[in-house]
Amino acid sequence: MKLKSLILSTALAALASGASADDIKVGMITTLSGGGAGLGIDVRDGFMLAISQSDRTDIEVVIEDDLRKPDVAVQLADKMIQSEKVDVMTGIIWSNLAMAVIPSVTAQGKFYLSPNAGPSALAGKGCHKNYFNVAWQNDNLHEAAGAYAKGAGYQNSFILAPNYPAGQDALTGYKRMYDGELAGEIFTKLGQTDYAAEIAQIRASGADSVYFFLPGGMGISFLKQYADSGVGLPVVGPAFSFDQGILQAVGDAALGVVNTSQWNKDIDNATNAAFVETFQAEYGRLPSLYASQGFDTANLLISALETAHPDDADAFRAALEAANFDSTRGDFAFGPNHHPIQDIYAREVIKEGDIYTNKIIGVALENHSDAYAVDCSF
Amino acid sequence: MSTILIIEQVLNGLQSGIMLFLMAAGLTLIFGVMGLINLAHGSLYMIGAFAAAAVAGFTGSFVLALIAAMVAAAIAGVLVEMLVMRRLYATDHLDQVLATFALILIFSEGTRWIFGSFPLFLDIPDYLSGPVNLPGGIQYPFYRLVLICVGLLVAAGLGLLITRTRIGIQIRAGENDREMIAALGVDISKLYTLVFALGAALAGLAGALVGAIQSVQVGMGEPVLILAFVVIVIGGIGSIKGALIGALLVGLTDTLGGVFLPQLFKLFMDPSAAQSSGSALASMAIYILMGAVLIWRPTGLFGARP
Repeated sequence: MKLKSLILSTALAALASGASADDIKVGMITTLSGGGAGLGIDVRDGFMLAISQSDRTDIEVVIEDDLRKPDVAVQLADKMIQSEKVDVMTGIIWSNLAMAVIPSVTAQGKFYLSPNAGPSALAGKGCHKNYFNVAWQNDNLHEAAGAYAKGAGYQNSFILAPNYPAGQDALTGYKRMYDGELAGEIFTKLGQTDYAAEIAQIRASGADSVYFFLPGGMGISFLKQYADSGVGLPVVGPAFSFDQGILQAVGDAALGVVNTSQWNKDIDNATNAAFVETFQAEYGRLPSLYASQGFDTANLLISALETAHPDDADAFRAALEAANFDSTRGDFAFGPNHHPIQDIYAREVIKEGDIYTNKIIGVALENHSDAYAVDCSF
Repeated sequence: MSTILIIEQVLNGLQSGIMLFLMAAGLTLIFGVMGLINLAHGSLYMIGAFAAAAVAGFTGSFVLALIAAMVAAAIAGVLVEMLVMRRLYATDHLDQVLATFALILIFSEGTRWIFGSFPLFLDIPDYLSGPVNLPGGIQYPFYRLVLICVGLLVAAGLGLLITRTRIGIQIRAGENDREMIAALGVDISKLYTLVFALGAALAGLAGALVGAIQSVQVGMGEPVLILAFVVIVIGGIGSIKGALIGALLVGLTDTLGGVFLPQLFKLFMDPSAAQSSGSALASMAIYILMGAVLIWRPTGLFGARP
């Protein structure tokens, strides 16, 4: 039976691969519809921009929408591996989807390059030699925010995040680098859109600063309501509530807020300048950090393909580890757990003409790795 | 915990409850009068917010934006009623759920197709923004006070409409006995379209009012829809009074639970664990409330007794 199905699948594979055997097939599962679609679309557009800018015509990218649902993502991954026969997978935005998909992808011997989600469970004991994260470990931007708050001399922060794993990691990350007092610590509901109760508590707490991790629409709601409340304490957050896609919806309420990011459009290097210019020309909007992550992921893949084919797993892995590509972030290297070692910047929201965007005001953490790398062994 | 903070939180609870009422009122009318489960009610809320954002961006007027929100949602409601719902009145609830769920997907992707995937900008006008000082030294956002007043006005208007006008009599009669009022010569299909448009306009108004302090994005209606269903189950299906009381109960439970449960847990747990388990329990609070009400009164607070 086993032999029979083996023969059958080999025959099918031979049928399916009409193109030459050396072609590379990339499976991208990302969020293209529903509330979080902006992120997936940016990752996809950045990724495809890099593919089209390279001269390679032998890379085929299969793109599917996961609807932000773990069960859908798992089905798509199985389909891509079993019937599409992809060599490399990428694209997932959300940590809960990443946890559902990545371990099974790597267990089946495929490579996974994460352009966004970096859950702690996959960075420490659960790391895998075929899993690379090109964006950040989830805690990184929060650690940078904590470091910035410490540097800015804040002594009494009020911190809040949604009550789910990435939210808890966020507050842990902030507290790892911040060493002042906490005026309050609140877990909000995931998907909450009204923050009147939390803002009243902030007002009553006597805090000197506010740190929040509320990605996407939650952050828009919080910032607008916070600005309208007249509390007026300085706010720090990770880039997820201040990316290019969101800022226009927040408007003046975001001006002057400090946020932390591993990328910004004004990082001074030739790759980044060309990326920002070509992205804008191609898609008619400014790129976000997600777009830069998609772009870097594709360029990492292309650089590794220059030296090895994924069928030769050891050589391909070594080529990925070398990270021999020009990142939009400038210096880029992988740590021992295949997560980035990189600078993380503090940015400030400004207005350029009619467009709200970010400007780098300093480096929050230099050559920063993550706290879980020590637990990882392949 | 100071008195000021408690009063402020009660105001917050009232405000979120009263906005929930605008959603729940339409939902309960449509279910009560037509016996129809409309899952796409959240999409009408979203349409209101997007229409308001588009018109506010174009004209700069918040009042025009609110009018546009109600008109756009009402038009969408009428279209949905005439093209889809009419065929489903005679079928069972499962067919209605399937069809209206399909409508959610169509409206969501249609909105994305027109407006793109990124959230839209809709802000409070200057004359309504900023905090005001209430007696007792309470600072409270002016806009939220306006929301409470608008909501109460709409509730009063709706109450008058239902109890004092001819249309109101027909709506109440329709809830009790559909065949009989048709036999008495009331154009039942026109009445249904009217009720649907009214419910949709209220949802659109809520979407626009709330959209100004939250984010206008695809899918914003569904979380509110779930709460609105909780409200009409608590209040009793078909009852406007029940929807108002239910909405205020849900708003207050949700807001006060989120603030006070973690504080309560801190009395006997360490702060971090208290915060996390307190918030977890707080997000269940309204469902516990709903369960308790259903045990006490299986048809809801103001539902028809079997």
